[in-house]
Amino acid sequence: MARVVVDVMLKSEILDPQGEAVLGALPRLGVNDVASVRIGKRVEIEFDQNAQNVEEQSRVIADQLLANPVIESFTVSIEAA
Amino acid sequence: MTARIGIVTFPGSLDDRDAARAVHLAGAEPVALWHDDAQIHGVDGVWLPGGFSYGDALRCGAIARFSQVMDTVKAAAGQGMPVIGVCNGFQMLCESHLLPGALVRNAHLRYRNRPARLRVETDRTAWTRLYEPGNEVVFPAKHGEGRYVADEAVLDRLEGEGRVVFRYLDNPNGSMRDIAGVTNEAGNVVGLMPHPEHAVEALTGPSTDGLGIVASVLAHLSEGVRR
Repeated sequence: MARVVVDVMLKSEILDPQGEAVLGALPRLGVNDVASVRIGKRVEIEFDQNAQNVEEQSRVIADQLLANPVIESFTVSIEAA
Repeated sequence: MTARIGIVTFPGSLDDRDAARAVHLAGAEPVALWHDDAQIHGVDGVWLPGGFSYGDALRCGAIARFSQVMDTVKAAAGQGMPVIGVCNGFQMLCESHLLPGALVRNAHLRYRNRPARLRVETDRTAWTRLYEPGNEVVFPAKHGEGRYVADEAVLDRLEGEGRVVFRYLDNPNGSMRDIAGVTNEAGNVVGLMPHPEHAVEALTGPSTDGLGIVASVLAHLSEGVRR
């Protein structure tokens, strides 16, 4: 069974207020040497046993639905074939 | 004959009934459309209402884009049919690539729920032609993901082509260049975050400025494209 992981991140030029909020909380944990935190999404996809063109289909899913290319970039990795 | 404005209900839509009431008050006939029905039943214009379609799964408006009705709405918009998206509807129009840019989490991370003062920047759209550029209007805003973003080149092009339709006077969410609403190249598709349909009666709204949206599209439908 092919397992695919898609990581979706806000592009670097887009402000990530969630990441900023986490960054702001770190000193209260006693962590003071972090420069930046960015939060994204990890999507795990399991294809059917006999699925064909898994990588190509995964790219379509990531590009057309999982990520909005206006604000986000993505990486696709095939974990097991 | 009265113009018929179709209002699409998606699972999670909230403002479809208010939009229908606004359309009615402004003198048009509201027609209920359904997300899972590819037919738009001969309407003259389409209103995509606010709410939380499909529970805002993945991104606001991302799943609605793949609904049956949106294929038809996209095709009709391409032929010049007036389409307006308010709040979640604006998010759908951006996700569907009918409008440029995207709407992301408010910069301060808080849900913003208060009347928004806006400046109308152009009367050259199907939905704003009865306003004067420079008019100030007050529409309620209520959103958590209303921060308009696009890359600088796109923003410059929107400004250059006069396609910024509404601008916030007190930016409530960190939108780039205070943008509250934009239009497509043809001016028939408009999206905005604040809610004109909640500003149609003195009893329940902060103004009645929203009536001009429907009045504008009625003028557009009866008089045809301006200039």
